[in-house]
Amino acid sequence: MTELLFTNARLIDPVAITDSAGWILIKNGKIAATGEETPPDTKGTVIDCGGQCIAPGIIDIGVKVSEPGERHKESFHSAGLAAAAGGVTTIVTRADTLPVIDTPETLEFVARRAAEDSAVNVLPMAALTKGREGNEMSEIGFLQDAGAVAFSDGLRVVSKTKVLSRALTYARSLDALVIGHVQEPQLSEGAVATKGKFASLRGLPDVSPMAERMGLDRDISLLEMTGAKYHVDQLTTARALPALERAKRNGLDITAGVSIHHLTLNEFDVADYRTFFKLTPPLRAEEDRLAVIDALRSGLIDILCSMHTPQDEESKRLPFEEAASGAVGLETLLPASLRLYHAGHLTLPELFRALSLNPARRLGLKSGRLLEGAPADLILFDPDAPFILDRATLRSKSKNTPFDGARMQGKVIGTWVNGARVFGDG
Amino acid sequence: MTFRAQHLLGIEHLRPEEITTLLDLADRYANENRQRRSHKDILAGLTQINMFFENSTRTQASFELAGKRLGADVMNMTMQASSIKKGETLIDTALTLNAMHPDLLVVRHPNSGAVDLLSQKVNCAVLNAGDGRHEHPTQALLDALTIRRAKGRLHRLSVAICGDILHSRVARSNIMLLGKMENRIRLIAPPTLMPAGVTEFGVEVFHDMREGLRDVDVVMMLRLQKERMDGGFVPSEREYYHRYGLDAEKLSYAKEDAIVMHPGPMNRGVEIDGTIADDINRSVIQTQVEMGVAVRMAAMDLLARNLRARRGAELQNEKGIMV
Repeated sequence: MTELLFTNARLIDPVAITDSAGWILIKNGKIAATGEETPPDTKGTVIDCGGQCIAPGIIDIGVKVSEPGERHKESFHSAGLAAAAGGVTTIVTRADTLPVIDTPETLEFVARRAAEDSAVNVLPMAALTKGREGNEMSEIGFLQDAGAVAFSDGLRVVSKTKVLSRALTYARSLDALVIGHVQEPQLSEGAVATKGKFASLRGLPDVSPMAERMGLDRDISLLEMTGAKYHVDQLTTARALPALERAKRNGLDITAGVSIHHLTLNEFDVADYRTFFKLTPPLRAEEDRLAVIDALRSGLIDILCSMHTPQDEESKRLPFEEAASGAVGLETLLPASLRLYHAGHLTLPELFRALSLNPARRLGLKSGRLLEGAPADLILFDPDAPFILDRATLRSKSKNTPFDGARMQGKVIGTWVNGARVFGDG
Repeated sequence: MTFRAQHLLGIEHLRPEEITTLLDLADRYANENRQRRSHKDILAGLTQINMFFENSTRTQASFELAGKRLGADVMNMTMQASSIKKGETLIDTALTLNAMHPDLLVVRHPNSGAVDLLSQKVNCAVLNAGDGRHEHPTQALLDALTIRRAKGRLHRLSVAICGDILHSRVARSNIMLLGKMENRIRLIAPPTLMPAGVTEFGVEVFHDMREGLRDVDVVMMLRLQKERMDGGFVPSEREYYHRYGLDAEKLSYAKEDAIVMHPGPMNRGVEIDGTIADDINRSVIQTQVEMGVAVRMAAMDLLARNLRARRGAELQNEKGIMV
């Protein structure tokens, strides 16, 4: 029986929403006890946390690992290292690989590669429709049996409403979670920026932020029809929030996420056509950013994620309209999120409710909590340690971060998955 | 001399005194061009490459002539047919060209920001001859020179820019230049061809020609491309002409001595009535073309001076290290 005891820690508990001094005891990869008084005796390893924070490891929904197909951009090995260094103990992978993960056979490949090479837990998603083409639903039942935790066509919208309505109806019968990208596809066709002064100044094809609400409104109507279990990958605009609020109030099984980039950057960060800031959806106006932060604090938006999207230099060193979209985020998710804490927007427990607890709840996992019996997926971090990010030091194979050269605060000291240390000394 | 820029990528990064310096020099070149005075020594020994990723007859010819008048060795490259089709990236093209040691690179590209990107990868002076919907700085400068010569000044004028502002890099560069020089700018277009958030640029927005043209000093028309006319952005050519085409009746709302401009090529009977375009008392369209050569001569002259100064300094540094 192996034991591990963390003493002198600051426990960040997203269930009780508390931030207090204490200890935590691990037995056989699970949390055995926590407390605030004198810690118990143990024959196992004792780690003195020196007053630094212990929190449940981050569960990041929507990570692109470029296996199969584009291993030069990211592999399970490199993504696992990046995740461990970033305090992410579970990555939920996207199905938009080459080929698309839309059969149990390709899903088994992912599961095998992940088990061989990844330092952290990997839970795969599968495509909702075959080839992510939006015409026919994939084998949702078989894929679920093979371990798919959610079904999503990634950043591609299922534009045929009839196809989506049937897929949702079918998924409902299996209690499968469907993750959607909300964006009216025709209105947003060709757009690379949010409509407004910045896009006009730079002469970039733009789309009204209203396209997001249109996409959300359609999907909410479908949920009323089908009763499916549904998660919005990213909600990024103020005007979509009341629709989400109403849907939740009406008892629909809907949750929503947002990427950290949309909470810490705005459209003006693109500046002189910096393609590392080209994201899907495009960065928004400052008013939208602030409104979405408010929604995250109030709990209207449930989940904070990185939308980790590795892209090589070649696909980014192009004119803005032609450049690939997306940014890596596994290693910067925590320090970027801590900007919200340092700016006084969210407390640490509120932050970890969005980073760890809510994703665990949505996926039906026992992790994401500092409770007895939960898997010991933990991170030890210093929320204040300052550093300047150098993208060359990232563990991801792709270095396309918008935070290169940025001043950040917050460093992971150690990461544990099922009680085993996967990052940090000792 | 107040002109420090290394490239001419847009009006956005120029200061008002840099604009004035450039226009003063261009004004001199314009006069001397009329006297057929030669300036073959100015760019002698320098190589100018015109790289056009998008069709252009007029701008390319204007840059070519400007370079030749100043004695540069000019080479034209039309790109859409060759390497782009083979999958070569813009950066590769830039690096390939850079290895040939050009001194002045004139670039037009269909994507906004592409010329910016290219300028980061070469060590010669880059002139933007139009990038997507973003900027077309030499067009705005030649318009400014034309206005200054016709009106005797380039400040406190009321200028109307009319037509397809949404897709126009000419409009963007002109809004910036005229704003920096403290003029009053009015934009007139159907709402489908007006960019979002333009009121924040310090301009007035109109959807009615007569209202917008009232008492302006300058009427600047823009070209409306054929493919945007049939129901996409406006219902039809004839409805557009009826509501937004410049004819004598609409022009009568402007000041009596208002000048009419157009960057060309014109669609007669779509955005402008032919008789107005040809009216030598109102139209300065031919002067614009003439000023185009002079402005491009001035721009290349100034950039070449800065280039030579920079290279001189680099040479000094190298010698310093060797001693």
